[in-house]
Amino acid sequence: MHKLPELSTVGNKIPNRQAICDTLMEAASADPSVVALCSDSRGSASMTPFFNAYPEQSIEVGIAEQNLVSISAGLASCGKKPYAFSPACFLSTRSYEQAKIDCAYSDTNVKLIGISGGVSYGALGMSHHSAQDIAALSAIPNMRVYLPSDRHQTRKLIQALLQDGKCAYVRVGRNPVEDIYSAEDCPFEMNRATVLGNTETPGVAIVACGEMVRPAIEAAKALEADGISACVVDMYCVKPLDKDAILALAPRVKGFVTVEEHAPFGGLGSMVSQVVAANFPRRVINLALPDAPVITGNSREVFDTYGLNAQGIIRAAKSL
Amino acid sequence: MTNRELAALAYELRKKTVDVIVGAKTGHIGGDMSVMDTLVMLYFKHMNVSPENKDDPNRDRFVLSKGHSVESYYTVLAEKGFFDFETYKNSFSRYGSEFIGHPHNTLPGVEMNSGSLGYGLPVCVGMALAGKMDGAAYRVYTVMGDGELAEGSVWEGAMAAGHYHLDNLCAVVDRNSLQISGETEDVMSHEPLADRFAAFGWHVIECDGNDMNSLDAAFTEAKETRGQPSVVIAHTIKGRGSSVMENQAPWHHKVPNAEEYARIQADLTSRKEAIENA
Repeated sequence: MHKLPELSTVGNKIPNRQAICDTLMEAASADPSVVALCSDSRGSASMTPFFNAYPEQSIEVGIAEQNLVSISAGLASCGKKPYAFSPACFLSTRSYEQAKIDCAYSDTNVKLIGISGGVSYGALGMSHHSAQDIAALSAIPNMRVYLPSDRHQTRKLIQALLQDGKCAYVRVGRNPVEDIYSAEDCPFEMNRATVLGNTETPGVAIVACGEMVRPAIEAAKALEADGISACVVDMYCVKPLDKDAILALAPRVKGFVTVEEHAPFGGLGSMVSQVVAANFPRRVINLALPDAPVITGNSREVFDTYGLNAQGIIRAAKSL
Repeated sequence: MTNRELAALAYELRKKTVDVIVGAKTGHIGGDMSVMDTLVMLYFKHMNVSPENKDDPNRDRFVLSKGHSVESYYTVLAEKGFFDFETYKNSFSRYGSEFIGHPHNTLPGVEMNSGSLGYGLPVCVGMALAGKMDGAAYRVYTVMGDGELAEGSVWEGAMAAGHYHLDNLCAVVDRNSLQISGETEDVMSHEPLADRFAAFGWHVIECDGNDMNSLDAAFTEAKETRGQPSVVIAHTIKGRGSSVMENQAPWHHKVPNAEEYARIQADLTSRKEAIENA
């Protein structure tokens, strides 16, 4: 058990995508099989330093996401460890069949890195939002889906992915997110959720992934201050979902609140609800984006509009 | 083997492929027959891949992009010794079988899964890039159908192969000019096909894809080409080997009835014997 972390407000300037680049550069220096591919997206992906430092391990495919994924699969079948970067909106839809066939079905070691995920490209419109990626990628057998919450967890995740030989999809946002963990204190076990706060007598469990973990912790702290005991499940591993973490809490809580930067169907909320309903029924309130094109605005404005913030989580938790 | 012996072998393997299709009551017989000579020439003369070196990083790579020609592909792999032909024939497309109706890479000798068209070439670009990165000598081959060329992903792959000067890559187009709905040029035209590939930076070789000497020369020329990927546009006859099915679109995936089966096998036998006795 880990207590709810003190939340830093120092103004972290390092986005999760840069943490990926840094981690891959460390790996690439020792392992020439680590290869990065971009689809005219190296700047957006924060991968320019990698491309500059390791040109022999970098491949540009142009604006061609289908090619990006198929070429990655071909490289993987010949022993490379490809990391394919593209905006999550395109990677999870334009190249969906390549992810299904060339990565998951052919069982190749391709890591798909969806950058600027969710509503990171807020005002650019629905073409640039990836509110469907968790549902889409999770539905593919043999595909894993990860949404790390901060740069420290992102680093631990990439280090773990470098050690395995299977395909995976990772979604990160565009902007820096405030730290939840620290370089010294970032509890991480691969495919195990990080459970924070009171797990012995929680009144409510808040299950979140990606950028929603931070407001979940803020909400838990505020609920504690109001006398409602709460814990937070940082479910960075959306697939394979850490069912054990959910089921350990189910008998102890009044209910669950799930929070995700995703459409209301087929994402974290759907998966948690499925596990809870089948094993230990409890109320589960799903907080998510609407089943509609989202309002024009930056991420913060979009989140606030739909209650994907501490206030919305508190409100949901108190209604349990 | 001489090219004449390879031609005879291709007819023998056509006969076996027809047996597989009739036994399973399913298969894409027309494309199986048109592409057989290409597969035999690659597996028995030009490619360095066999059960003995199937895990060697330096083996040549092959991806059947027109995955629905899996019946002829598996027959060739069985003849190469990758797996037992009778096991394949007796279980193909049956309940629980490993021998699924499209190439499946849990089987020895199969590099990548296919079935959705337009996938082989981009994957082979990745394989060829890996070879260049490693300074490896292996070559990468893929066989596409001509109807498949309507898929945009083919041209994404073609663009990248030209851009990266992948002379270790050879794509084959099984140009039988028919697809399930009719003639390719009526469904979606591909001509001038040679010019299209050339415009993407490819070395284009046209050949008679049902003639072993012509195929042999084409693959030799591709191997000797430097600085460009090569495409062999192999002009073939769909349903090649029997007047029952040659150049007839409905035979894309028709299963012969008993009478048709007898005529097809008799035709294939006589063509094989004609080659052997020539």
